[in-house]
Amino acid sequence: MKLVVRYRCGECRARAGLLYLGNRSHVLETPCLLLCTRKGLPTFIPPDLLPSIHPDALALHASPLHFFDSPSAKTLASAGGLHKLISLPGYTVAAIARDFVCIAEHGSSNKIGASFQTPFGRRTVKPVDYMDVINAMQPDIWASLPDEVPSWVTHKRNKQSVERTLNWLDSCISLKKDGMESGLGCIVGGNSVEERGFCAQEVAKRDVSGFCLSGFGLGESAEERGLLLEAIMKNLPDEKARQISGLDLPEEVLQAVSAGIDVFDSTYPHSLTMSGLAMVFPLDMEECLSGRTSENANDVGSDFTKINLRAVAYRNDTSPILESCRCYTCSKHTKAYINHLLNTHEMLAQTLLDIHNTHHYMNFFQAIRNAIQGGYFADFKAWFASRRQAVNEGILVSSAA
Amino acid sequence: MHSLSKAIITGSCYRAQVARSAALRKCIPSTDTLHNQADQTMALQFEVLARFNRARASRLTLPHSQCETPLFMPVGTQGTIKGLTSTQLEDIGCQIILGNTYHLALRPGADLIDELGGLHSFMNWPRSLLTDSGGFQMVSLLHLADITEEGVTFQSPVDGKPMLLTPEESIAIQNKIGADIIMALDDVVKTTTTGPRVEEAMHRTLRWIKRCINAHKRPTEQNLFGIVQGGLDPQLRDTCVKGMVALDLPGYAIGGLAGGEEKDSFWRVVAQCTAGLPEDKPRYVMGVGFPLDIVVCSALGADMYDCVYPTRTARFGTALVPEGVLKLKHASMAADFRPLDETCSCMVCKRYTRSYLHSLVTKEAMGSQLVSYHNVAYMMKLSRDLHHSILEGRFPEFVQGFLRKQFPQGDVPEWVCNAMEVAGIDISMCCAPLK
Repeated sequence: MKLVVRYRCGECRARAGLLYLGNRSHVLETPCLLLCTRKGLPTFIPPDLLPSIHPDALALHASPLHFFDSPSAKTLASAGGLHKLISLPGYTVAAIARDFVCIAEHGSSNKIGASFQTPFGRRTVKPVDYMDVINAMQPDIWASLPDEVPSWVTHKRNKQSVERTLNWLDSCISLKKDGMESGLGCIVGGNSVEERGFCAQEVAKRDVSGFCLSGFGLGESAEERGLLLEAIMKNLPDEKARQISGLDLPEEVLQAVSAGIDVFDSTYPHSLTMSGLAMVFPLDMEECLSGRTSENANDVGSDFTKINLRAVAYRNDTSPILESCRCYTCSKHTKAYINHLLNTHEMLAQTLLDIHNTHHYMNFFQAIRNAIQGGYFADFKAWFASRRQAVNEGILVSSAA
Repeated sequence: MHSLSKAIITGSCYRAQVARSAALRKCIPSTDTLHNQADQTMALQFEVLARFNRARASRLTLPHSQCETPLFMPVGTQGTIKGLTSTQLEDIGCQIILGNTYHLALRPGADLIDELGGLHSFMNWPRSLLTDSGGFQMVSLLHLADITEEGVTFQSPVDGKPMLLTPEESIAIQNKIGADIIMALDDVVKTTTTGPRVEEAMHRTLRWIKRCINAHKRPTEQNLFGIVQGGLDPQLRDTCVKGMVALDLPGYAIGGLAGGEEKDSFWRVVAQCTAGLPEDKPRYVMGVGFPLDIVVCSALGADMYDCVYPTRTARFGTALVPEGVLKLKHASMAADFRPLDETCSCMVCKRYTRSYLHSLVTKEAMGSQLVSYHNVAYMMKLSRDLHHSILEGRFPEFVQGFLRKQFPQGDVPEWVCNAMEVAGIDISMCCAPLK
């Protein structure tokens, strides 16, 4: 795996570049977004509709923790790896433990392994089991097994998590199959700037292809997160890729991009889908400032970032979710139809929403890359924050025309 | 019996077939003469292209699409086929899908659908649609539904108020929904019902169809099919068939079956009705069903079918295959690396193994989507196989192959043997010798 940084933001650590992966014919443009999956495939988007999501939608996040029951590591190995199992040979697969399905139970983890609550019960995962699955998956990118803890644990528990994570990183490195790329080293340390810095230094000494910033989105405030990211980043070599899990919201993504993160897996599109919400926030700063885009969010639960398609207001709305959007859902279907599907509890609602939300978030990442390349990322980030602030203060109100 | 094993293709049908093939090659519309009567009150054309005894391969032209029969129509109860997009349904080859009037009238409502340009526009389905009358759902889904001469009285599931679905109202709702084929409101009784109720229902059905015809506001755009009732009683069925045929409707359905009756009674009713219904109109057996039932009914001369079975069973992890069904949840599937069906060329069979699907079904939404996709594709392939085997003069061979796959031990059920005898298809080689 090789990261080539092509553009940098003058005012912060944000960078845009290209991530080259061993066997892939395509290159990932960074900062990039990985699509979340369950047992290898997206939750609602079937493989024949996947190519239409977005030209960038070529990278999947598959947590190894999904493969401790069925399908098992053995099945994966018989199939010849995850790419073959899911029949998406052209896609990038990133195997990173942290995801929205299996929740870390920091209270039950011990020095032998990390404990997770999974759909098939509680599992304690040792590095050797973990690497069994990683080796069987044959992913393009993989991260070591971390001991993630939330921001409110004791200092002692926090130090423990750093110690374990480093031990498990060493185990994972030694258990890696010959011929496989070296993985991302997980960096933990909770809410402690010192531990974060220390862990980063230690991981940087190991044979890793990049860094997996773990334990975020677990109770830290935005301000705390900024400090923790800085503490990590100043200890990391510039030329290796940085990935982060657990940050969902656009603002969190922007903060992390500012800090120098290259790869994201975010479940924001998916969580909106599950609530019947569709992403609508504008992405084109200039268009928006010139007043050329129109915004209308006219009911409960909607603001300028998302609309609540369950609302009665959309019952007979024959417009697409977003006029300017070229995703499958917006080119084929109306808000009225999706409103009906949601009200009748039809699965197609989730499929159509997931397609749109994923497409829109991919466009958001494209806008980020454009901003870094065009030298206006700081402005872009500020503009985004100001709109959110305006909504919070009631300045930007919904305007039913 | 074997003298009938050659396909019977009449002269005009043969010319029609040749003309059609030539036309398709040149992409010019066919110039076949219509076999149907004056089409001011019809919005379809039905052309039998080939036969084998009672079975026929036909072309059904509807306002929104052209279809080949025999065909299966998947059921999209609430304006969607569980989890599948319009594009996927088109890719699979669906030509007609069903919407349930009862469900759609509840949500989102007939007036809303009308306001938004009809169901085709609402769900963005470019091909054909068929809606049922709403009567069956009412009787089966609602506790206190009651049938009088006026219509079906029931408690609204929304607010408990008493409501009445009359033939006129059912047609009005279906006119608003805008499907290519609409069904008359019939008085349908369970096949297990006996006594005078069955006769009362049959006669009422005949009275109601006339009210439906009078209420139908869009005969040039929507085809009103009558439904033959009469339970399992041959005389009642005969009376009903004659009454329906006299009305010269665009098409006819055989209703009141697929409800738990003995298979031996089921096929006899289908055989009787298809024998009495006109040759040049489509025949639709409602609520069928299992692939085996479709093959038998097609041999007896039926053309169209609908059932929730393929999509419903998919959600429980059951896949349709030539051998019958595959229960994907079974432990043996965990290490089975074959596709669902080696003869199937659908997206799912080309990509995935039984093993992987085993791990997805009933646990992941994707499992349900993928197996539904395959099952619908399977039914469309069955439809195509039926149509083409009749067209190409190899229908008996197709039936024999089908039965061999489903009953490798030769234990073909007696009702199938009896039905095939009436259909004039020799399946003796598929049946194990009697001891």
